Amino acid sequence: MFRLRLVPDNTNIQFMRGRHAGLIVSAFLSIASVVLFFYPGLNYGIDFRGGIVIEARTPQAADFASLRHTLGQLNLGQVALQEFGSPQDVLIRLERQPGDDAAQQVAADKVRATLAQEIPGTTVRRVEAVGASVSGELFFNGMLALGLALLAMLVYIWFRFEWQFGLGAIVTLLLDVTKVVGFYAITGMQFNLTAIAAILTIMGYSTNDKVVVYDRMRENLRIYKKMPLRELIDRSINETLNRTLGTSMSTLLSILPLAFFGGEALQDFGIVLIFGIFLATSSSIFIAAPILLFLGENRLRRNAPADGAAPAANPTP
Amino acid sequence: MLYFPRWKIFLIVAICVLGTILTLPNFLSRETLAALPNWYAHNRVNLGLDLRGGSHLLLEVDMGAVIRDRVEGLVDSARTQLRNDNVGYTAINAGDRGITVQLRDPAQAETAVRALRQLANTIGGGPLGGGQPDLEVTSGGVVVTARLSEIALRERATQAIEQSIEIVRRRIDETGVNEPTIARQGSDRILVQLPGVEDPDRVKRLLGTTAKMTFRLVDMNADPSAGRAPPGTDILPSSESGRAQTAYVIRKKVEVDGANLTNATAGSNPQTGEWVVNFEFDSIGARRFADVTRANVGRPFAIVLDNKVISAPVIREPITGGRGQISGNFTAADANDLAVLLRAGALPAPLKVIEERTVGPDLGADSIRAGLMAVGIGFVLVCVYMIAAYGLFGAFACFALLVNTVLTLAALSLLQATLTLPGIAGILLSLGLAVDANILINERVREETKKGRGVFGSVEAGFSRAYSTIVDANLTTAIKMAILFVLGTGAIKGFAVTITFGILISLFTATVLVRLMMVSWLRKARPAALPV
Repeated sequence: MFRLRLVPDNTNIQFMRGRHAGLIVSAFLSIASVVLFFYPGLNYGIDFRGGIVIEARTPQAADFASLRHTLGQLNLGQVALQEFGSPQDVLIRLERQPGDDAAQQVAADKVRATLAQEIPGTTVRRVEAVGASVSGELFFNGMLALGLALLAMLVYIWFRFEWQFGLGAIVTLLLDVTKVVGFYAITGMQFNLTAIAAILTIMGYSTNDKVVVYDRMRENLRIYKKMPLRELIDRSINETLNRTLGTSMSTLLSILPLAFFGGEALQDFGIVLIFGIFLATSSSIFIAAPILLFLGENRLRRNAPADGAAPAANPTP
Repeated sequence: MLYFPRWKIFLIVAICVLGTILTLPNFLSRETLAALPNWYAHNRVNLGLDLRGGSHLLLEVDMGAVIRDRVEGLVDSARTQLRNDNVGYTAINAGDRGITVQLRDPAQAETAVRALRQLANTIGGGPLGGGQPDLEVTSGGVVVTARLSEIALRERATQAIEQSIEIVRRRIDETGVNEPTIARQGSDRILVQLPGVEDPDRVKRLLGTTAKMTFRLVDMNADPSAGRAPPGTDILPSSESGRAQTAYVIRKKVEVDGANLTNATAGSNPQTGEWVVNFEFDSIGARRFADVTRANVGRPFAIVLDNKVISAPVIREPITGGRGQISGNFTAADANDLAVLLRAGALPAPLKVIEERTVGPDLGADSIRAGLMAVGIGFVLVCVYMIAAYGLFGAFACFALLVNTVLTLAALSLLQATLTLPGIAGILLSLGLAVDANILINERVREETKKGRGVFGSVEAGFSRAYSTIVDANLTTAIKMAILFVLGTGAIKGFAVTITFGILISLFTATVLVRLMMVSWLRKARPAALPV
């Protein structure tokens, strides 16, 4: 009977041999991401920076040069034009206009009027205009959401596991999140509300993955009382490898169409999630597990009674 | 874990069937729906503005103007009150939150304080009293100050926003938009959602006008081009730029207020064919209008809208019927809009649009099509993988996945939740996350089989061992989404909603439903080995 196995059943890879390499590479990438976050920085979308986005469809293929020229004459600051989907679809981005929130409205109406006048038959399919006070609040709320999510995870894992696991999960999560931010910095993708949703999703996914691997480690700690921690961790990872990769596969397959058909708003979201799935999968193995090995050597078993009775420190629901 | 009593089986099947029935109206055509009872046909998912097309506007009430208004009124009434009480003063100045009076004689300070205290309005309290004045009056020698209290400011703001919402609702209702949503947000904002509105230009114009109309006399002795208005007057521009006279000197005293209008309609003047707005006053307005016009025949009477002079016709004869006409070179649309504004009443303070998100209906339709296609493809891909990896048990998981999606839609329909484009992304992602439970279970079952357990034993152990991991793993995502739901705005909330439903429902479909299918199959087929 044919069964698709992502890795053979009796795989026994000694992942912990690569623990130093994994941690060093990860730390390096995360530090680089933090540097990239400050310089050159993120490409904040209008949700967080304010400004105007107009999506227009022209009757024929859009003439970008003349469009840029016409819109440039409106004196609305930098005008960015982008083709997406078909050559008739133009995305027009304007910087946040100086002045109060109402200034965004005036500028958006100007562009609308100009488009209608210069290229008759153009339909404006989408307009978003966000003023400074709103964008400031959205940014604050977005950051608050990320902060609270980290805190919630910390509390949750703290209650659910021994502190070594909790610390391992949180450090891994921080390393993951910084890399996603770095991904936004490198690709220059718009960092907006959708990005916050993407990061939260990746955080959820990553923690989910760690919980499954940690669950198995804890179970094995109870079964194999004499096994060295390093061997035990390797064993746990190998045992859950098919599940880890399987879930990554199913999630990847479900997200794939988003990256292709998602339209302007969701395409980036899909791509970031795909990156996040790879990230979360690898960090479960190469980051979360080694951290546990460093923290847990000689410590994780201290609570367990030596005579083989059920360990008291592991409440199972 | 493997035994299902009859009632439990019935319950599980009933939930699935009920979910399907509740989801159906989303996929039926308009004609079929019309034939169905109303309560059932209405049980559909609300499409967000990004999918059905429409305009989302966030308005901010200018609270500064509300306070400024009250302070200016205070200056006027203080002047009158002090004069009546024979208190001499050199100046009355308006500040941020109150006024300061410079007295001539410090001995009169007490009288002045008493005079200013009379200007306070009582706020709070019931019919038996117990409220408190909204002014804090203090004196320091020759200077007496009256400040609006903190509570008064808050009270004013609440009043202003509630009144604004009411006026906004009336104005939008006049435009004939279907099912608008108008809601207060925070302390000084109003959220307006207008489904199906492609170009919110007219609505924005209507909402951007305060529409404070006053009838005031023109000061004929002053020259508007002098640049300095004589005391008690304002220099106000004409509402049209093309007119011969571009500015007027208007007396500050309001003779008749637009608040006394009972009706306004657009029409055309039979003699000139010009578009005009006809208005009617209530009894108080009619009486005042008659008095003023009787006393001022031959003088121009200005109609002022938001500090611009619409027109200043000369009064030919007293107007006693309480009816009048405004002409001002209107187009049909201008006249109509002005009539709408006058009927709906004036806003207590100017409104600003601080956020706009408008999606055209064809982009919305495109998004729905793309979303459905993505969900379809995602579903097929996940199913192909699950069947390739776990055979029959994978197929069970796929069926459960289908039920999961149906039940998610049913939950959204039942709660009248709003489905947005990110919401569709959430459905898609939960397809991948929901089968995680099945992957966990199937992998466990495989392991148990390899350890040499029997068919039933492996399935039993697989479920019970995987269960706590499944709950743990899903809870972490649910926590994240709850945070996103609370802090997210607009369309992003939809993502949190669908993914939370998808995950919670997967706890039922991926475990309970799949277990039922596996057990039924095991009992019927009595296999010697498991197909995982």
